[in-house]
Amino acid sequence: MQSEGTYDLTTGAGLVACPRCDALHVEHDLEPGETARCVRCNVVLARPRAGAFTRIIALSVASLVLLIGAMFFPFLEISRMGFGNQTSLFGVAMAFSEGPLMPLTVALMVTILGLPMLRSVLLVYTLLPLSRNRPPLAHAVWAFRLSETLRPWSMAEIFVIGTALALVKVAGLAAISLGPAFWAFCALILVNAASNVFTSATTIWDAIEDGGMRTDDRMPLRGQGLG
Amino acid sequence: MTGCRFGDRALADTRDGPILTAHRAGLIGCRGCGRVWPDAEETCARCGAALVPPDRRSLAAVWAWLLAGFIFYVPANLFPMLKTKTLGGLGGSSESTIFGGVIELLHYGNWFVAGVVFTASIIVPIGKFIAIAWLATVAGKPATVHDAHRRLLLYEVVEFIGRWSMIDVFVVAILSALVQLGFVASIHPGPAAVAFALSVAFTMLSAQSFDPRLIWRGLPLRNRKD
Repeated sequence: MQSEGTYDLTTGAGLVACPRCDALHVEHDLEPGETARCVRCNVVLARPRAGAFTRIIALSVASLVLLIGAMFFPFLEISRMGFGNQTSLFGVAMAFSEGPLMPLTVALMVTILGLPMLRSVLLVYTLLPLSRNRPPLAHAVWAFRLSETLRPWSMAEIFVIGTALALVKVAGLAAISLGPAFWAFCALILVNAASNVFTSATTIWDAIEDGGMRTDDRMPLRGQGLG
Repeated sequence: MTGCRFGDRALADTRDGPILTAHRAGLIGCRGCGRVWPDAEETCARCGAALVPPDRRSLAAVWAWLLAGFIFYVPANLFPMLKTKTLGGLGGSSESTIFGGVIELLHYGNWFVAGVVFTASIIVPIGKFIAIAWLATVAGKPATVHDAHRRLLLYEVVEFIGRWSMIDVFVVAILSALVQLGFVASIHPGPAAVAFALSVAFTMLSAQSFDPRLIWRGLPLRNRKD
């Protein structure tokens, strides 16, 4: 590894390029709690937090528990003139299960439940060894990159706001009671928000790299093949 | 865990002077993790992301996804989003499009929901089409630093807000699942829901394909290394 503050303009070692504006920065160590911003476009480059990995793991497990709970508990219930209907999250997704709208069912299940769960699992897989100062698992690079790619497609929080809107819409039509799954989703928003505060992608990439993963040939390797 | 390495000092002559970018230095920056590589590299060896040079060729994907999003936005507005039946059809059954739904909500005095649906389903998608098309048109063209900051802000807003348009699809799904009261009232989704969801997804892909680094550079891109 290059020593602190030195860089090489021919290989790019010791440099960082802003993903938003391509401005080059010299790498140097940050203390937990510090924030590195791009000098030109002010985007956050890195924001390490003390104990962040352990917290992200805890929050990911919490999110997984909430999502699994939300799957099995009733979501919403309405009644009017003696007719009642109770729906779970599966019921919501199945709303589109007739004929040509079927693909939307799959898309809903994936964006509401599938991707948030998958991302939680991927984050735990990536960070669990790192939080214990062990080398990352074999597919950590792939897992974390997938998790970052899927981030915008995981729409649990949008779903909760959508639910709130739908409830306002039918409020006059029938009596509604909120099930445990609804509250689980509300809690999920808070858990996700907290997780986002602690997640700094670049910090995690650095940790994966330092943890002995395959990296470029400028770096000392720990028994792994070259890239 | 070792400390994080990161810099907040740019390679600039002065604070206000020209900033050296990876591209100008003959290097290529990874958009996934920030690592800098020699220009010839094609994959980032740290995070595995493809290394894409910031040139206008990447705009083809932006335009393609944007066009797809726009094409699907048309049926999303023409076909019904919701089909409502009350009292077994005796109380009337109605089909409403996105715009029709907003009018109906206003009619019932439900200003708040009408406002949210109107914003999320009409203003935001159309605003996004215009914003992405404009960004893609001016990308890479000479701009002042002030312009560039404004364009980046617009890009960030578009990127952030894109997913939230999906809210209307969720509302339709929840209503259809919930309001199944047999004889009394039932709501079914219409084909516009699928078209709208696809339109939102394609527009998100369009925004993701846009390379914000293009905002910061003037033409021509490939050969200028001054």
